[in-house]
Amino acid sequence: MSLPTTPTALLSVRGLRKSFGANVVLDDVSLDIEPGQCVALIGASGSGKSTLLRCINLLEQVDDGVIELAGRDIADPRVDADQVRSRMGIVFQAYNLFPHLSVLDNVTLAPRRVHKVARAEAESRSMTMLDRVGLADKARARPDDLSGGQQQRVAIARAMVNSPELLLLDEVTSALDPELVGEVLDLLRDLRAEGMTMILSTHEMGFARNVADTVCFLDAGRILEAGPPAEVLGDPQQERTRQFLSRLAS
Amino acid sequence: MPLGPSSHRAEPSEPPWSPSQTELDRRAFRQSRTKRSAFISAISTLVVGGLVIWLVTRSAGWPRVQTTFFSWDKAVDSFPVVLKGLWLNIRIMLICGVAIVVLGLTLAIMRTLRGPIFFPLRLLATAYVDLFRGLPLLLLLLLLGLGVPALRLPGVTISLAFWGGVAIVLSYSAYVAEVFRAGIESVHPSQRAASRALGLSHGQTLRHVVLPQAVRRVMPPLMNDFVSLQKDSGLISVLGVTDAIQAARIETASDFNYTPYVVAGVLFICLTIPTARLTDHIAKKQGWHGAGGTL
Ligand SMILES: Nc1ncnc2c1ncn2[C@@H]1O[C@H](COP(=O)(O)OP(=O)(O)OP(=O)(O)O)[C@@H](O)[C@H]1O
Ligand SMILES: [Mg+2]
Repeated sequence: MSLPTTPTALLSVRGLRKSFGANVVLDDVSLDIEPGQCVALIGASGSGKSTLLRCINLLEQVDDGVIELAGRDIADPRVDADQVRSRMGIVFQAYNLFPHLSVLDNVTLAPRRVHKVARAEAESRSMTMLDRVGLADKARARPDDLSGGQQQRVAIARAMVNSPELLLLDEVTSALDPELVGEVLDLLRDLRAEGMTMILSTHEMGFARNVADTVCFLDAGRILEAGPPAEVLGDPQQERTRQFLSRLAS
Repeated sequence: MPLGPSSHRAEPSEPPWSPSQTELDRRAFRQSRTKRSAFISAISTLVVGGLVIWLVTRSAGWPRVQTTFFSWDKAVDSFPVVLKGLWLNIRIMLICGVAIVVLGLTLAIMRTLRGPIFFPLRLLATAYVDLFRGLPLLLLLLLLGLGVPALRLPGVTISLAFWGGVAIVLSYSAYVAEVFRAGIESVHPSQRAASRALGLSHGQTLRHVVLPQAVRRVMPPLMNDFVSLQKDSGLISVLGVTDAIQAARIETASDFNYTPYVVAGVLFICLTIPTARLTDHIAKKQGWHGAGGTL
């Protein structure tokens, strides 16, 4: 199957397949995202959302399919994966901050080591980012001394500090209380308004409805339905989607 | 004072927090318990210690053992010589310590490299560890210390202390490499993933993310190996190098009084105890090393 790639797409995934042993986790997944767009991945636990994000970030080796970033297939082993990754930011479901580094050092690590920014410059940029997520006063703390929500925001600052072209967010609000969820979602909404291209997996249907341009419903590794939130969430065509949404609502 | 939820809120006019009567009671109780346990342990130590001394000193051979092993005059006499010998042990252990850490870490990194290009390095490191971990240190000391100088290779030192040190480094670095490797592999894969996701290369990930966490975690077992090294530095005396043990042996030769050995033993213990306490301290401080997490 070779669908023509949308020429303007920043990221274009075609026929992506990924399995762990006999377990096929992603099966023929295709997805386009234009610059400045926000795509929300929804679906039950285990449906493959995290795996899809990790494949896009080249943290998993795919079994088949094409992942084009600005027209270039990055799943190709000849591509410099480090260079590709430095153009993306990813926030993990479990934050994955570095426990031996202070909050500030977590954020400055990539600018200093990957982008070779001078220390002072990297620190001032990182402080601006931390200030933005409301944690400038925690710059010297260790990640383990922060609450879950604070760690999550540090992870976002760390992913954002290099001004990535594409931001991948894996259930960034799942560990937060409703008040903090609001805070993080506001932050993401601002980023979206500034033109950041994002793919996020979420269980927050309200957020998906308000912020996303496209909602993809994943079920057992396949995108069953994709389209504007009003359609997918408001008037789902598939029985499975309706089932999933009605369970969430109840 | 009512302990409702409102009491948690700090009113601006409220005086600063001071412990409640309940808490003061608890503290007093804890303190009395601490004192009681200290008292009990002191008493039981005295009783056990006293019993052991009483049993030993009333045995038939004690007077003889006392003069041969615990003669005060002989101890004072031999102390400066044994201490001078110990200085060699200290130098050997410090220099070897540094070499062991460098070599051990290099071997550990070699063993954790992935990819076919590194196969020869991996193989080499694995063979090295298998070989030198399997060879008894004493054998290695004799082979190198007596064998290499006997070759009389031009430009190669025949210093016995040097070759003894080399033997110690070869043997210990194999052990230490395994300790480092365990540390490296204990760092959760999500940490590597997070680092690679930021665009750090394999080497940068190792340097800035994996190794700092790995080294912190293996600090206590490493210090344990260092304590062991301190006393094993005494093994070079088999080569006839005048370290603390050899110095003690020379002292005993004149009158068959073995007190110098006891002096050497006490000095070795004095050397290792500070390291042991430091190890405890480091292990305690590192309660936080955490770094679990999932992908
Ligand atoms: N490293 C791995 N090895 C083996 N199986 C894996 C691995 N990672 C994920 N899987 C499997 O892939 C499937 C999809 O997992 P994934 O984490 O992508 O789900 P998810 O949609 O993100 O779920 P959640 O909403 O709970 O985060 C699961 O069945 C999981 O067991
Ligand atoms: Mg997930």
